[in-house]
Amino acid sequence: MASKQESQGGEHEYSAGLAVVSADKIADPGLEPHRVRMTDKSEKHEKRAASQVAGWFLISIAGSISAIVFYFLFPINADLNTVRTNTFFFGVSAALGMLAIGFGAVHWAKTLMPDAEVAEARHQTRGSEEVRARAIEIVNLANQESGFSRRKLIRRSLYGALALFPLPGLVLFKDLTTNNNPSGTLRHTMWARGVRLVTDPLGTPIKAADVTLGSVFHVIPEGLNELPEDQKLEQKAKAAVLLVRLDESEIKSEKEKAWGHQGIVAYSKICTHVGCPVALYEQHTHHLLCPCHQSTFDITDDCKVIFGPASHALPQLQISVDNQGYLVANHDFFEPVGPSFWERSVNE
Amino acid sequence: MSFLNRKSVISRRKPLAAAAVIALGLIITGGSYAAATTAAKATASTAYTQAQVDEGRKLFLANCATCHGSNGQGTKNAPTLIGVGAAAVDFQVSSGRMPAQASGPQIAAKDPAEFTDSQIAAMAAYVATLGPGPSVPTADMVSANGDATRGGELFRTNCAMCHNAAGAGGALTQGKYAPALTQTSQTEMYEAMQTGPQNMPVFNDANLTPKDKKDIITYLVYLQQHPSPAGLDLENLGPVAEGLFVWIFVLGGIIAITVWLGAKSN
Repeated sequence: MASKQESQGGEHEYSAGLAVVSADKIADPGLEPHRVRMTDKSEKHEKRAASQVAGWFLISIAGSISAIVFYFLFPINADLNTVRTNTFFFGVSAALGMLAIGFGAVHWAKTLMPDAEVAEARHQTRGSEEVRARAIEIVNLANQESGFSRRKLIRRSLYGALALFPLPGLVLFKDLTTNNNPSGTLRHTMWARGVRLVTDPLGTPIKAADVTLGSVFHVIPEGLNELPEDQKLEQKAKAAVLLVRLDESEIKSEKEKAWGHQGIVAYSKICTHVGCPVALYEQHTHHLLCPCHQSTFDITDDCKVIFGPASHALPQLQISVDNQGYLVANHDFFEPVGPSFWERSVNE
Repeated sequence: MSFLNRKSVISRRKPLAAAAVIALGLIITGGSYAAATTAAKATASTAYTQAQVDEGRKLFLANCATCHGSNGQGTKNAPTLIGVGAAAVDFQVSSGRMPAQASGPQIAAKDPAEFTDSQIAAMAAYVATLGPGPSVPTADMVSANGDATRGGELFRTNCAMCHNAAGAGGALTQGKYAPALTQTSQTEMYEAMQTGPQNMPVFNDANLTPKDKKDIITYLVYLQQHPSPAGLDLENLGPVAEGLFVWIFVLGGIIAITVWLGAKSN
């Protein structure tokens, strides 16, 4: 208490600088009055607390021992279910072995160790006069020895170097300009005239007759599975298509009917919101739901957005049937698939 | 020469003999083909007796006809049952979805089902006579002895977006949902893929072949028999549910311990 009061006065007086000094400053309330614990007042409580602390340590011992016992009692073998039993019992016991030590130690400190409040004053941050004088002496010596004030050429060329070194970092921001953007890649997919629609992931070509009413096919372009692994994912992320057959009388959009084949329509599976695969198709409501943010598209009306954050309809893939009866694409998508980007324009 | 001679002799003697031989040949090949195909079909379906069909019709009139029409032709309240096949009846009735308890966004399964197995078979027999449709799969078709790895790949492409990669189910639009597959029987899995109940799309044999279906069933049975090896799976609902659990219970526990650490002893 006394040492705290001392730190208020001190040997030095400092200006408050720019700080606002309140005229009616709240007085230092000092320390709270000391509250005597039950364990200090009653021997019964003290004994109980002592046995509680010891109890925690005994629980820890029991946990550690049982962890070892359980490890041998529930060995892991070829059956995966044994991993579950083993990790559960071993983990809970070993955790108890560690946690109970902590609980016991804290309980010990809180109930039995001395709890008198103590205040310690901070040391002064200002150095002594000798230290300050010595510091100035060192700076002056460094200036004198290096010749920083004397050698103008060195000094000015250093200023020049310091002024220029951040410039390469600024040049990197050029990458944000439109000249170097990936919108060209986003604009085109693997689909092209005559590319067959095949099932994902097996790659089986799809006959128009196989697409019965109410069925849904998850489709990739033929040849995708043969691509090297690194290109495969990139292409699949753009070219994935959902194929359904609708009753032609249910299709509201003339364009949708014309781009399909006898009620079989193919739409990009990539959500126009942030690019999740939209594949939750309800065969009676004809809703197509995106699982990420619940954007809902009406597959009977050109996949227009009827709910959720997606901004525009899913692009339709124009399809027809080749001379062997398999479904083929007529053309790449006429607009970029997936989410919007700055340079996206349907009219291009 | 003698062969040719003899043939010419026959044709001279009986002008209709050649025609008769051709007709006989056609009957034998056509007949055996028909027999072979019906035999193949019969192995894929359970043969129903006329008695079953008659009993099924009675049960149908008493329990289903109000909504589905007295001849199963459908009404404005319920779809037609012509051509849905025995598999659809077996799925809907044995899972307790039909007869429906109430109309709503989705008809829920209920346990136990309202009919015995023989009653369900009778109704399936009757509905199968209304029009050709998928029959109830055999025990071999739904046995879990396929390729679980391939089945998992097919499941993740075709089913996981609604039913969750671990078969835990998920929400659809406007109150509908894809049910969890953790308790589903193997026959029900096959029938659901084959018939597309309620808003689930149909996965016909050209889309997912019987082998593909078997592999998917094998994968799902593997999931049913192998719970999460690391402990509680929190219903496999995914990162949002798991994150919420951690935020509420784990962080809550940490806060409770922190409060206890800072509190003074009484």
